[in-house]
Amino acid sequence: MTAILEMRGITKEFPGVKALSDVNLTVERGEVHAICGENGAGKSTLMKVLSGVYPHGTYEGEIVYEAEPVAFHSINDSERSGIVIIHQELALSPHLSLAENIFLGNERVGRGGLIDWHETNVEAQKLLARVGLGDNPAVKANEVGVGKQQLVEIAKALSKDVKLLILDEPTAALNDDDSAHLLDLIRHLKGQGITSIIISHKLNEIKAIADKVTVIRDGRTIETLDLVHDDVSEDRIIKGMVGRDLESRYPERTPSIGDEVLRIEDWRVHHPTEADRVIIHDANLTVRAGEVVGIAGLMGAGRTELAMSVFGRSYGSRITGRAFIHGKEADLRSVPAAIAAGLAYATEDRKAYGLNLIEDIKRNISAAALRKLVKGGLVDGDEETIVAEGYRKSMRIKTPNVGAVVGKLSGGNQQKVVLSKWLFTDPEVLILDEPTRGIDVGAKYEIYTIINQLVADGKAVVVISSELPELLGICDRIYTLSEGRITGEFPIAEATPEALMQRMTQEKESDHVLAQ
Amino acid sequence: MSSPSDTKRDAAKDLAPSQLRTAGSFLLSRVQQIGIFIALVVIILLFQGLTGGRLLTAGNVANIIVQNSYILILAIGMVMIIIAGHIDLSVGSVAAFVGAATGVMIVQWGWPWWAGILVGILLGAIVGAWQGFWVAVVGIPAFIVTLAGMLIFRGLTQITLGNTQITPFPTEYRQLGGGYLFPQLFPASTSPAEWITVGLGVLTLVLFVSSQLRGRAKRTKLGVEGEPAWWFWTRTGFGILLIVLITYLLGLAEGSRGTPIVLVVLGVLVVAYTVVMTRTRFGRHIYAVGGNRHAADLSGIRSKRIDFMLFVNMGILAALAGIVFAGRLNSAGPGAGNLFELDAIAAAFIGGAAVQGGIGTVIGAITGGLIMGVLNNGMSLMGVSTDYQQFIKGLVLLLAVAFDVYNKRRARSLG
Repeated sequence: MTAILEMRGITKEFPGVKALSDVNLTVERGEVHAICGENGAGKSTLMKVLSGVYPHGTYEGEIVYEAEPVAFHSINDSERSGIVIIHQELALSPHLSLAENIFLGNERVGRGGLIDWHETNVEAQKLLARVGLGDNPAVKANEVGVGKQQLVEIAKALSKDVKLLILDEPTAALNDDDSAHLLDLIRHLKGQGITSIIISHKLNEIKAIADKVTVIRDGRTIETLDLVHDDVSEDRIIKGMVGRDLESRYPERTPSIGDEVLRIEDWRVHHPTEADRVIIHDANLTVRAGEVVGIAGLMGAGRTELAMSVFGRSYGSRITGRAFIHGKEADLRSVPAAIAAGLAYATEDRKAYGLNLIEDIKRNISAAALRKLVKGGLVDGDEETIVAEGYRKSMRIKTPNVGAVVGKLSGGNQQKVVLSKWLFTDPEVLILDEPTRGIDVGAKYEIYTIINQLVADGKAVVVISSELPELLGICDRIYTLSEGRITGEFPIAEATPEALMQRMTQEKESDHVLAQ
Repeated sequence: MSSPSDTKRDAAKDLAPSQLRTAGSFLLSRVQQIGIFIALVVIILLFQGLTGGRLLTAGNVANIIVQNSYILILAIGMVMIIIAGHIDLSVGSVAAFVGAATGVMIVQWGWPWWAGILVGILLGAIVGAWQGFWVAVVGIPAFIVTLAGMLIFRGLTQITLGNTQITPFPTEYRQLGGGYLFPQLFPASTSPAEWITVGLGVLTLVLFVSSQLRGRAKRTKLGVEGEPAWWFWTRTGFGILLIVLITYLLGLAEGSRGTPIVLVVLGVLVVAYTVVMTRTRFGRHIYAVGGNRHAADLSGIRSKRIDFMLFVNMGILAALAGIVFAGRLNSAGPGAGNLFELDAIAAAFIGGAAVQGGIGTVIGAITGGLIMGVLNNGMSLMGVSTDYQQFIKGLVLLLAVAFDVYNKRRARSLG
């Protein structure tokens, strides 16, 4: 076998962050090559370098494709060479037909520069057949399910004479049948000589389909394992993914844990628009005063969905289950009710869901509890300034005054504004969703210190995070979540990265095995 | 930043230049807010010169106020809707409809004038609730709902009137549109001064200055004063000057007829709505919803309720504008209020409201409306034809928003 692709010494820097450093990847012709790593390890960045999303010249290193050095300047360049990337978020235009989608940007043009619809539909039919779809190519993309849409994406790639197919988390949004079908198709394409790179969190899938797996961690290639010739276990892969030292990046804390504050029983949540799809399966969870509870799960496991559905049903439909605060059943039917009951939720996406970026610090801080500042029917603006100044000092928000516009602050300072806003509502339980995402190391330490202060004051804190070291560093107890199910609960003493990762990647089938 | 002469002075005295620099950067940070007022002053001075002093005469100032009063009333509601991220294209038709309805009630059915006005305003609230229902509850974009409303209420106006005009209205009804505060009490023949106007002017002055001083004293005491003293006094001095000037023109200058009743109404509305927007939860929630609706929802703000209330409020103000307009013309016609919505929207945007929502002020929208009004009036005095007036107003709107966009981009690159 010869290599179809060699990426040598790839280094990619963003302002202040080294996303990839000296990454090497060799893919043999006709193999299925998996790339594994934690969220943020640099998998997607590597694929963007390969496909020309980050054009030649914005990274260091060399890409050799089909035995020749290449310099792609755009996706069009790489697609012309037969490299096609299929992203996690499907890119079909919902109101166009399957045929139109397949030939989008690559239209079959006849004489006179007009689109030849006959050829378009006939060719589309053939391509759909190659991916095992018998659908009418005139059907609109939004009329077929997610699984079929993924296959249409592959048909679209085939229309471009793909030689190297890159699939980014192809089964993340698919159910089991669709996933199995997709994996079959990748095997089938392999038989036709098409090489695939597949990025996936699902280790059992990787085991089932891949010939080799390359593990990336912190922007570096750790190892490439041969799954065909060597006996590689899932644990072996996990070790590569998480095997980093836990440095003292976390402030010390002596836990002083009190009574139960929040309890969720049999919490079941359906998808907001596809009401038949269960997103959270009968979750049970408790949080006690003075305790930091972590929720570990891979992307798409339902972490944010669980948190938001609890926080005033701000996500999902047909929510069932019971919630108790201090042992009494709580009314969490709306966000105002949840806030009144003592919940606070700091979103994972500060800019889109957490802050009014065009407004100043003090008005963002007061937004969720403005009623506390009302005297005689009017908001006391001076009191508001005093309150905000207090948080600016205690949280160390680095800005001269609280009249500064929030959109101009750094990520760490913005996060402190979000935390201040929720503290001003005087909550019992704070749910912090990815509290340190996009924040530099120094500010992360400050956020951890704030969390420690909160639990020292008797609050209960739930932290959702993609970074296992962070959870292991700050939590007293960790739940693992996989595909909408709580698959494990670990006191911190029993939590190891390997054990957590095993439960985080646990699939429904193995769930049954465990139950038996 | 610092020129050689600055550096020299730096060596001599450390404080002065740095203070100057802070003053400069402070002013720069306020450009967006004060730019619009400067623009109004420049335009007034420009036309005062071009018309040979005919702009700022007693009669003409009263004219500008009365002629633009209904647009200014609409602009107050409009800027609130725009801040929340919506738009209302129906206000002209709603104003016409309410004007027509009051005409039917008062002139044709012989109801007392006050009952007609009250029911008219109630009608405006119902119209607003109708549109608020479609926007907030059903979730149809306000652009579509109010575009439909524009047609629906124009149609209802014509149905109500049966394609005729209703005229004349009783004198009391007409006072709101064209009346003055009791000039008969102190007729010009017996007194050189219009004492009611002067009294109102002095009262306004006292209230204004004392509220400014009290606010500053309280902020200083609490240690939260962020405004430099020189700026406070410039701002306050400018306000005093404005009140004195208007009082003089309306009450003391030659040919003065006193205070238009609608000016008092406008003054009360501006103060009340400024308080609503800056100091009530409702107002502050409007800004929060317009700035980031998702974040507002997740902060426990009921954004749909805010949307609904805003349209009810707009309906009430549109009704008031319709009544003022019908009173001024002394008739309710099928074409009344045509294109009012565009003037009101233009006023809000010239006054600094952001197209994306979240930004805008009542006083800005009023200033924007006055800029348009002074432009209209000044050009009419100069004998510029209406074709050119349209053309120039269009350019002003475009340039004002371009200035705003430029400012924001500059602010972003600074930050």
